[in-house]
Amino acid sequence: MIKPEIKDFIQNKETIIIKGNVATAYAAKSARVQVISAYPITPQTTVVEKLSEFADGGQMPGTQYIKVESEHSVMASIIGASMAGTRTFTATSGQGLFYMYEMVHWAAGTRLPIVTAIISRGTAPPWNIWADFSDLISCRDTGWMSSFCATHQEIYDEILMSYKVCEDYDVLLPKFVAYGGFILSHTSKPVIIEDQDKVDAFLPPLPDEKGWPHIWISEKRPIMHGNLIMPSGFYSEFRMKIHVAMLEAKKKIKTVTKEFEKVFGRNYGNGLIQEYKMEGAKVAMLIYGDLALQMEEAVDQVREEGYKVGMVKLRHFRPFPVEDIRDIAKKVKILGVVDRAIAFGSQTGGPISCEVKTALHDTQGTAKVIPMMNGIGGRQVTLEQQKNQLKTLIKFHETGELPKDMIFGTYWDGLLEVD
Amino acid sequence: MGWIIGGRLKLVSLKEVMEDEIASQEWFLPGNSCCAGCGLEIALRWAIKAIGPKVAMITPASCLNVVIGLWPKTAPNFPQFNMAFAAGAATGTGVDAAFKAKAYRFPGKGWEEMTSLVFAGDGGTTDIGIQGLSGAAERNSNILYVCYDNEAYMNTGIQRSSSTPHGAITTTTPFGKVRYKKNVPRIMEAHEIPYVATASISHPLDIYDKIKKAKSIEGCKYIQIMAPCAPGWGYPSEDTIEIARLAVKTGSWILYEVENGIKTLSKPSKPLLDPSKRTPIIEYLSKQKRFASISEKTLIEIQDVIDHQWEVISAELRCQTDYLK
Ligand SMILES: Cc1ncc(C[n+]2csc(CCOP(=O)(O)OP(=O)(O)O)c2C)c(N)n1
Ligand code: SF4
Ligand SMILES: [Mg+2]
Repeated sequence: MIKPEIKDFIQNKETIIIKGNVATAYAAKSARVQVISAYPITPQTTVVEKLSEFADGGQMPGTQYIKVESEHSVMASIIGASMAGTRTFTATSGQGLFYMYEMVHWAAGTRLPIVTAIISRGTAPPWNIWADFSDLISCRDTGWMSSFCATHQEIYDEILMSYKVCEDYDVLLPKFVAYGGFILSHTSKPVIIEDQDKVDAFLPPLPDEKGWPHIWISEKRPIMHGNLIMPSGFYSEFRMKIHVAMLEAKKKIKTVTKEFEKVFGRNYGNGLIQEYKMEGAKVAMLIYGDLALQMEEAVDQVREEGYKVGMVKLRHFRPFPVEDIRDIAKKVKILGVVDRAIAFGSQTGGPISCEVKTALHDTQGTAKVIPMMNGIGGRQVTLEQQKNQLKTLIKFHETGELPKDMIFGTYWDGLLEVD
Repeated sequence: MGWIIGGRLKLVSLKEVMEDEIASQEWFLPGNSCCAGCGLEIALRWAIKAIGPKVAMITPASCLNVVIGLWPKTAPNFPQFNMAFAAGAATGTGVDAAFKAKAYRFPGKGWEEMTSLVFAGDGGTTDIGIQGLSGAAERNSNILYVCYDNEAYMNTGIQRSSSTPHGAITTTTPFGKVRYKKNVPRIMEAHEIPYVATASISHPLDIYDKIKKAKSIEGCKYIQIMAPCAPGWGYPSEDTIEIARLAVKTGSWILYEVENGIKTLSKPSKPLLDPSKRTPIIEYLSKQKRFASISEKTLIEIQDVIDHQWEVISAELRCQTDYLK
């Protein structure tokens, strides 16, 4: 059988075989970003290289590319450019994200629709440059939305969709689009780069000269931003509004995902989650990022063995799809959650596990959640492992028996022997 | 008005300023919460008179961030954005990039006339912000960066900065600072940006001229303005101008500009090439409580350092004259 992506490749002239990071650069180009600022870090580097080629090579007319001296300055300059009313883009990884952390908060506090690709990697020490989402997760409470990509095509598509969501006047929040370092960033796959007219129709260049409705620069309107505000001022209210805007953004994510499918023919579930073979499943695995892709294969194979298992790909971390998770947990009896990031000191699994458990804690008759940990720091995750994870859930469903070697309630798969 | 004649700075007259449509107006309005006799307020008022309202001013964390207006009040009558402490120069770069991108997309709408101005304290410039500033200078980002130098972290309660002079008492140097003031204008010169200048609030027309000139230059411009702080330095608030003037007259703060690598002493400092024209430093130090604890030995040392600084600059100017011949 010819896989659908290969079929597209044969039929569609716009399809090219590229690395995930190149797909990212193409997405920024297709989105007609006006200001780019970036600083190299493995495994993000090929994004900045490709963008230099595009911007300096005259393929992005009018686009300013600032090559700054650090990630703190990356986000500071992107904030400046966005405040002044332009569409902006940057990308970073791990330590780079940590270095810009102060400015990450600033971007959300200023309600700027900045889109940033996070090519996720492990956190040092010891140095680790391989897939691990601890970088993204550490930005949980910054006011940024965030999503995970599982395929090369999804990177390109998700960046385009993200601008449309972020720039909505009811949302006006920044967003991270994350994918695993090397696994997606440095491997090549066919990706459809859409026709520019088609992208322009879906995501028009900024129509308004001044930029955003809440912040713009004009001598005629001497606006001031970011003043000191007393506790009796509107500080709590500003923060509350970020929270509410992010939750309201779920609707926008859903409509944009639908619209995207209509225009470009690619489906991403409801935008927040994407189900895979959930028909009749009593046991399911919730998983995110590139691990989800291989898990689909694992589900297929375990199903062939006669077990009704399914998978839910988590697409958005923020806003967190609480309602969808509750619906799923009502349909299945056992819900495994695989994390590729650690929540140190938590006893309810990794960060996503904790979220899932929180979402379900006061709902009755929902699935039992089994936290799992796999692929930390880019540790290889085999198909066999993922099948066994599914079978672990099945066994628990059938016998009520969990593996004996769980660590504080979490099943860590693929660990080496340690004393 | 002719402030630039053949690349040379011509001192504008007060009359000319008062007749200028933009300069005659106040842009940084009264009712802000600066202390009485605040030096930075004078620096900002005159800077904006020279730039006008077609500006976006970025202010990293500092006194200015606070005194500029407690939310929802606002003293600047022009666009102003408060920013994180280390982020001044980079944010200014981003704002300028956006102006350029908009000028491309919406030509003829005046975006090319906008100035991206960073107005930062000495801490935000010489300490935490120096990496970003150095980056912007090396890239020759099109920003006008003004450092108002009150020689300590005033906002957080008078702690030392690398711009605090030798001997000065601050809350983190209770027995006087051991190290000398970091010479950031020189560091900026070394970046070979098109324009570097020093100024003092005691000479507002000089500030006006330098800012006006800097505004007309494409690329990275750096101006450091001596801006005394009455509570931080320990002198009566009505003496601010006098203290700033003494900093110049003693030759401890030298006014000059460096345009495309050519250094020129500014009018108030020029006569001080002659050591006999320099007011002894004790007249400056003795008027400020922050220098109350310096010994006679330190006093002599400080005077020596000032004289040495002048020897260096006059040697440098001699070399330059020879080279240009
Ligand atoms: C990252 C960070 N560290 C520390 C501070 C605290 N802080 C705010 S303003 C300031 C000192 C500012 O000094 P300077 O730049 O000289 O301006 P001044 O207050 O003297 O006008 C400090 C330390 C901060 N806001 N951000
Ligand atoms: S503390 Fe000093 S610098 Fe700050 S507002 Fe008062 S006088 Fe001005
Ligand atoms: Mg200061």
